[in-house]
Amino acid sequence: MSRAAKGAGRRTPPVVIAAFVLPAFALFAVVLLYPMLSALAYSLFEWGGGTKLVGFNWFDNFVVLFTERPFTTQLPNALFNNLVVFVGTLLLQNTIGLFLAVQLNRFERARRLFQVLYTTPYLVSPLVVGYLWTLLLAPSFGPVNAVLRAVGLDALALPWLGDPALALPTLVLVSVWQWIGFPVLLYGAGLAGISPELHEAAKIDGATGLRQFWHITLPLLVPVIGTVSILTYIGSMESFALPYALGGVSGSPAGATDMLSLLFFRTSFQSGAPNALGVSSALATVMFVLVLAGALLGRRLFARQEAKIS
Amino acid sequence: MTAVLSEPAALDDRAAPTARRLPGRAFWWQAVVVLALCGYAAVSVIPLVTMILNSFRSHLAIATEPWPWPVDPTLQNYVNAWTKASFSTYTINSLVVTIASVALSTVVALPAAYAIARWRFRGREFVEALFISGLFIPFMLAILPMFHLMDALRLIDNPLSLVLVYAANGIPFSIFVFAAFFRHLPAELEEAAMIDGAGPVRSFLSVSVPLVRPAIATVVVFRFVPIWNDFLTPLVLLRSPEKFTLGVGLSKFFGEYQTDWASLFAGLVIATVPLLVLFIVATRQIITGITAGIGK
Repeated sequence: MSRAAKGAGRRTPPVVIAAFVLPAFALFAVVLLYPMLSALAYSLFEWGGGTKLVGFNWFDNFVVLFTERPFTTQLPNALFNNLVVFVGTLLLQNTIGLFLAVQLNRFERARRLFQVLYTTPYLVSPLVVGYLWTLLLAPSFGPVNAVLRAVGLDALALPWLGDPALALPTLVLVSVWQWIGFPVLLYGAGLAGISPELHEAAKIDGATGLRQFWHITLPLLVPVIGTVSILTYIGSMESFALPYALGGVSGSPAGATDMLSLLFFRTSFQSGAPNALGVSSALATVMFVLVLAGALLGRRLFARQEAKIS
Repeated sequence: MTAVLSEPAALDDRAAPTARRLPGRAFWWQAVVVLALCGYAAVSVIPLVTMILNSFRSHLAIATEPWPWPVDPTLQNYVNAWTKASFSTYTINSLVVTIASVALSTVVALPAAYAIARWRFRGREFVEALFISGLFIPFMLAILPMFHLMDALRLIDNPLSLVLVYAANGIPFSIFVFAAFFRHLPAELEEAAMIDGAGPVRSFLSVSVPLVRPAIATVVVFRFVPIWNDFLTPLVLLRSPEKFTLGVGLSKFFGEYQTDWASLFAGLVIATVPLLVLFIVATRQIITGITAGIGK
């Protein structure tokens, strides 16, 4: 009886299958897949004023992107800033975040509470985070500088977002503040998966806490560190709302917080250039390649590291 | 049983004297660690607490005393943000768009995931791979052609365009999660339903879907957050302020009310509260969801 029913289940009429699959497929293909594929093609055409197609122009859009002003100055600047945000966020996450996660792992009862506390900023929208810190860091009425002055650190009460030299490091700190709960959670889950017997065995062999960390904890966390690093890379290459809220669409002051995503937005929707569509599609393609190449490279590096350990 | 239980206790007894014999250094290190953990918790939470407290303080109080204490609570900021700065409109728009998008992608993804997980048909593997590849589509790359697609459909400045974009974006993740859950359902239940005379549609709706409710909860929570927080898409697709969602509304508000700090804080809180409610309701789903697949 059961076998007969199973057979009947397999012979579902094609009409039913189509009715089940097609709505999702149509929506996905038309609104997401088709635009994604055409984006790559867009970059190879010249466009006149909006969506008027002028003609195929090979790689001219890329040539414009790499040789013409303002891109020759703005593109390297934005890319550099993106990389600074990535490296800065990664360094702080993998030191502070890892320290917090490793220490939390020893406090079984308080762990969940602290994890939730560290994760709260991650749960607030990046735009809100950006505007919140704009208010908190405001030179005149901002509470951060008020506290610094109150404890006698007047020299540190600086225009954090107004000074071109300070704006980017401030952006990094705000970004770390927002995201740190994420690595803390992931490292916490990774640590929970390490068998306590390993640490006990090491302790019997006389290994100190620090040695245990270097030789047991850290190597076993390599896969999670890899995941966090790659996700941080993708996140920082694509971040838009946070820099938009902190420095506006032009990355003020003086382009110090300009990002590839902001440059893309300005080129597509604010430049008014006749071939804006072609050039900004080229830029989007470059960003896509950068993200993909970085993520694949990261995966290879970490896979090799993992292979070395095991 | 007692023997098993007594063993760890014996271990503890042996451990305790060693702990007591340790020099003061371990104690101080422990103190430093606890201080660091609490200190960072303060760093995480205080800015958000400041946001909430300042949203209840008058403009004058914030200007003269930047530290968010004492609070002489007033609701004036919320009244200003809600009525004068049209946050009521933005909030309703955001709620409608987010709920409609999550509902649409869930409703279309459930049957598709079910068919992929349960039935054999030609092209099944290709269709599944195509859906899953959608997880890796960089949104920034697709936004320009999306804009022109919506332009061609005459949907620019229409919230429906947002719903379509978000729903399409949610399909890969939703199908990924639902298909995994459907595969884990015992086939016997559906077989029993079929023996009772239920067709495939009926057994899908009244047997399988109710059984994957936890998956539906996870998907709804995980799709709600990025849609609620999204800023780029409405910035690109919407024009008129009465259609703005909270993100674009907030950026307009910051441009116009730059000196009214008190109302700005209230605006930030309004944009955050629905998410806070969601997190309080679904903390467990969120933490297990983020850490899924790592450790044991």
